[in-house]
Amino acid sequence: MSDMQDFRASTRAWLEENCPQEMRQPMGEADVCWGGRNWVFQSDAQQLWLERMAVRGWTVPTWPEAYGGGGLTGDEDRVLREEMQRIHARPPLQSFGIWMLGPALLQFGSEEQKRHYLPQIARGEIRWCQGYSEPGAGSDLAGVQTKGVDRGDYFEVSGQKIWTSYADQADWIFCLVRTEPDAPKHKGISFLLFDMASEGVSTKPIKLISGASPFCETFFDAVKVPKEQIVGERGKGWSIAKYLLTHEREMIGSTDSALFKSESVVDAAREAVGLDATGRLADPLLRARIADFLVDEIAFKAELDRAKAWARAGNQIGVESATLKYTGTELNKRRQEINMESGGFDAVEWDFANAQSDEKASLWLRSKGNSIEGGTSEVMLSILSKAVLELG
Amino acid sequence: MQIFTEEQTMVRDMAAGFLEEKAPVSALRRLRDEGAVLGYDKGLMGEMAGMGWFGMLIGEEAGGVDMGAVAAGLVAEEMGRRLTASPFLSSGVLAATALRDAGALDWAAKVASGAAVVAFAADEHGKHEAGPITTRAEASGNGFVLNGAKRFVSDAVGADRVIVPAMTEEGLALFLVDPAQDGVTTRAFATVDSRNAADLAFEDVQLDGAARIASGEGAEAAMASALRTGRAVAAADLCGVAKEASERTLAYLKERKQFGITIASFQALQHRAADLYTQIQTTEAVIAAALAAIDAGDAEAERLSRVAKAKANKTASLAVREAVQMHGGIGMTDALDIGLFMKKARVSIEYLGDSACHAEWLLREAGL
Ligand SMILES: Cc1cc2nc3c(=O)[nH]c(=O)nc-3n(C[C@H](O)[C@H](O)[C@H](O)COP(=O)(O)OP(=O)(O)OC[C@H]3O[C@@H](n4cnc5c(N)ncnc54)[C@H](O)[C@@H]3O)c2cc1C
Ligand SMILES: Cc1cc2nc3c(=O)[nH]c(=O)nc-3n(C[C@H](O)[C@H](O)[C@H](O)COP(=O)(O)OP(=O)(O)OC[C@H]3O[C@@H](n4cnc5c(N)ncnc54)[C@H](O)[C@@H]3O)c2cc1C
Repeated sequence: MSDMQDFRASTRAWLEENCPQEMRQPMGEADVCWGGRNWVFQSDAQQLWLERMAVRGWTVPTWPEAYGGGGLTGDEDRVLREEMQRIHARPPLQSFGIWMLGPALLQFGSEEQKRHYLPQIARGEIRWCQGYSEPGAGSDLAGVQTKGVDRGDYFEVSGQKIWTSYADQADWIFCLVRTEPDAPKHKGISFLLFDMASEGVSTKPIKLISGASPFCETFFDAVKVPKEQIVGERGKGWSIAKYLLTHEREMIGSTDSALFKSESVVDAAREAVGLDATGRLADPLLRARIADFLVDEIAFKAELDRAKAWARAGNQIGVESATLKYTGTELNKRRQEINMESGGFDAVEWDFANAQSDEKASLWLRSKGNSIEGGTSEVMLSILSKAVLELG
Repeated sequence: MQIFTEEQTMVRDMAAGFLEEKAPVSALRRLRDEGAVLGYDKGLMGEMAGMGWFGMLIGEEAGGVDMGAVAAGLVAEEMGRRLTASPFLSSGVLAATALRDAGALDWAAKVASGAAVVAFAADEHGKHEAGPITTRAEASGNGFVLNGAKRFVSDAVGADRVIVPAMTEEGLALFLVDPAQDGVTTRAFATVDSRNAADLAFEDVQLDGAARIASGEGAEAAMASALRTGRAVAAADLCGVAKEASERTLAYLKERKQFGITIASFQALQHRAADLYTQIQTTEAVIAAALAAIDAGDAEAERLSRVAKAKANKTASLAVREAVQMHGGIGMTDALDIGLFMKKARVSIEYLGDSACHAEWLLREAGL
C-alpha cells in the first residue's frame, strides 16, 4: 500500500470511530460551529466533534503542527476532505480566523504572534471579526479613516467601522487603522489586532434585507491597543489587508462553503413546478433558464476543482481569487433567482420577523450580498482588468 | 491555473510553433481566396500526421502514438487560435476514435499515418442530435444495402471513407463507406468559415459484410465514444478561438485612441473584457476536466464533455461578438482577421451540438 492509501485507510477508520452520528447530517447556516469565548454549543455532539478534530489539528489540516494545525500535505488534506465528505461529516469549525486571519498571520505574523494566535483559532477558542469597511471606505478600502494615535507603548484607536460581520459575537478584531496620517493613502495603514472586550469598543447590530442581523456598526472610542498587537510594520498594513482579501475571496467564491448551501435548482424546480406528460419540467421557459444555469454551474465546479489542485501543488491563487469570487457569487445569485422563480407563490410567502435562514426567500435575499461582501463584482472586474489584462 | 505535465507543455509548444509557421490565419485566408475545393492543405496534413497528431487517439499497435484526448485537446486549441484548416477533428479525432473502438485497426492505421482521411457522418437533421437515425442498412447476401441520407458531413469532400451510422435488424451499426461508390450522391458546399462539408445521399448502396465495422452495443459504444471525444476536443478548438479573439481585442484596446486616450481606459470596455476573461477561465477548466475524464475512462466523462462543449460554445460566441464590437468599424471589414474568428465560431458551435443540445441532455439526465 502506498503512503496515501495508508493515510486514507487510517483516516477513514478514525472518522468512522470519532465523528458523532449527529455531525453526519447536512447542515444549514444555523448549524455552523463558529467557536469563541461565548460560544454555546448547539449539542454535545458539536462540542465533542470540535474537540476531537482540534486535538488532531484537523480544524486547520494544513497549518503546521506547531501552530495547532494538522501539518498535512495538500494531498493528505484532499484525502481528509474526501473522507469527510464520504460520511457527510460537517466541518467541525468555521471562522474568519481559519479563512482569513490565519493565512495572513502565517505569511506576515511574527513567530510569537503565530504561536499565540493560531492555536486559539485552531481550537475555536477565539472568534475573530474583520474591521475593514467604514462608512466612507467601502470599495475604496484604502481610504479608511479610523485613526490610531501613537501614545508610546500603545495606539489609541478611534473611529467607526461598518458592516462588521458578527462583531457583536466576536472576541477579537483584525482591524485596518490609519496610524500614519501624513503618509500617502496606501502607506498610512497598520494592521492591528485587539480584544473586542477592550474599553471603548461598542457595537450596534444592523438588520439585513434577509431578516438576519449578522453584521454591525462598530465604534472605537480611544481604545488602547498595545503596540505588540500590530502585524507587520507600521504603515505597511495594506499589503497584509490585500493578501487577506485574496483568501476571503477564494472562500466566498467556493460554492462548497456553508454560506452558499441551498437545495439544487433541479430538485427545487421538480418539486415546485412538477413534470409534464413527457417527463419534462412543466414550465418550458424556466426549464430553458435552468438548462443554461446547469452548464455554468457544472463548469464552475470544474474551475473550483482546478483551483484546489493548483493550491495543493503549492501555488498561490493570488489575483485569480477575483475570478473565483466574481464567477461563484454571480452564479449563486442566479441560482437563488431561479429557485425563487420555480417556487412561485410559495416562495414569496415569508415572514420578515420570523425568517429562517434556510428559507428560499432568505437565501435569495442573502445571496445579493455575495457580490458585495469581500469586494464587489465591479471591483473584481476592475482588479482583473488592471492586474491581469493590463488595461487602462 | 491549469497544471500541465512536461509532456503536455511540449505537445502544446510544438503545436504552437509548427502552426504559427505553417498554418497561421493567413493560410486559411489564402485557401479561401483560392477557392480550394478541399478547404485544407493536404501536404500540410501529411506533416501533421508525421508528428503523430492523427494517431493521438490510436494505440501503438495500429500505428498511433496513444497520447490521449488531453494531448489532442492541446493541439486543437492551438489550431483554434490560428483557424487552422485540417481534417484533424473529423478524421484524427472522431473517425480515429470510432475506428479504434470498433477494432477496425487497418483503417485506424491509415488515419494515423495520414494515408487516408475518414469522415464521420454524425448527423441527419437540421441540428445535431435533433432526431433519430433513419438511415437503414438491410442485410442482403453476405452484405448490406444502404439507404438514407446524412447531413453536414465535415471533410466528406476528398475523404477516402465515411463512417456511416445506420439502423439494421440488429440495431445500430457503423459502416465504412467509400463516397465514390455507386449510389452515393455528394452535395458539397462551403461553410461560412470557409471549410467544406457535404450532404450525402445513399440510394441502394451495395456494401459487403466487412463494411460493417461495429454493430449493436458495440456500435452504440463506439459512436458515443467518438462523439464524446470529438465534442471535448472540439470544445478545446473553440476555446482557442475564444482566447485568440479576446487577446487580439485586448491588444487593439491598448492601441486604439479616441477622445485623446486609448479606449482601454474606458471602464465600460474594461469590465466586459474582464468578464470575458473569467468566462474563458471557467471554460478552460471544464474542458481540461472533460478531456482528463475521457482519458481516465471516468463515468463523468459523458456529462463533462457535454458541459465542456456547451460552455465553450457560449464563451466563444461571447468572445467573437465582443471582439467585433470592440473593434468598431474596422471589426466589420474582411481585411481584418477578427471576422474570420466570428465565422469559425458560428460553425464550430453547430458542429457536434450547440449549447441547447447539450443542456437538453443535462436536463434529461437530471430528470427534468
Ligand atoms: C453581507 C455582508 C457582509 C460584510 N461583512 C464585512 C465584514 O465582516 N467586515 C468588513 O470590513 N466589511 C464587510 N462587508 C462590507 C463590504 O466589504 C463592502 O460592502 C464592500 O466592500 C462594498 O463597499 P460599500 O458597501 O461601501 O459600497 P460602495 O463602495 O459604495 O459601492 C457602491 C456601488 O458602486 C460600485 N463601485 C464602487 N467603486 C467603483 C469603481 N471604482 N468602479 C465601478 N464601480 C464601483 C460598487 O461595485 C457598488 O456596486 C460586508 C458586506 C456585506 C454585504
Ligand atoms: C456598416 C457600417 C457603415 C458605416 N457607414 C458610415 C457612413 O456612411 N458614413 C460615416 O461617416 N461613417 C460610417 N460608418 C462608421 C461608424 O459611424 C463608426 O464605425 C462608428 O462611429 C464607430 O467608430 P470607430 O469605428 O472608429 O470605432 P471606435 O470609436 O474606435 O470604437 C471602438 C470601440 O470602442 C468603444 N468606445 C469608443 N469610445 C468609447 C468610450 N468613450 N466609452 C466606451 N467605449 C468606447 C466603441 O463603442 C467600440 O466598441 C459605418 C460603419 C459601419 C460598420
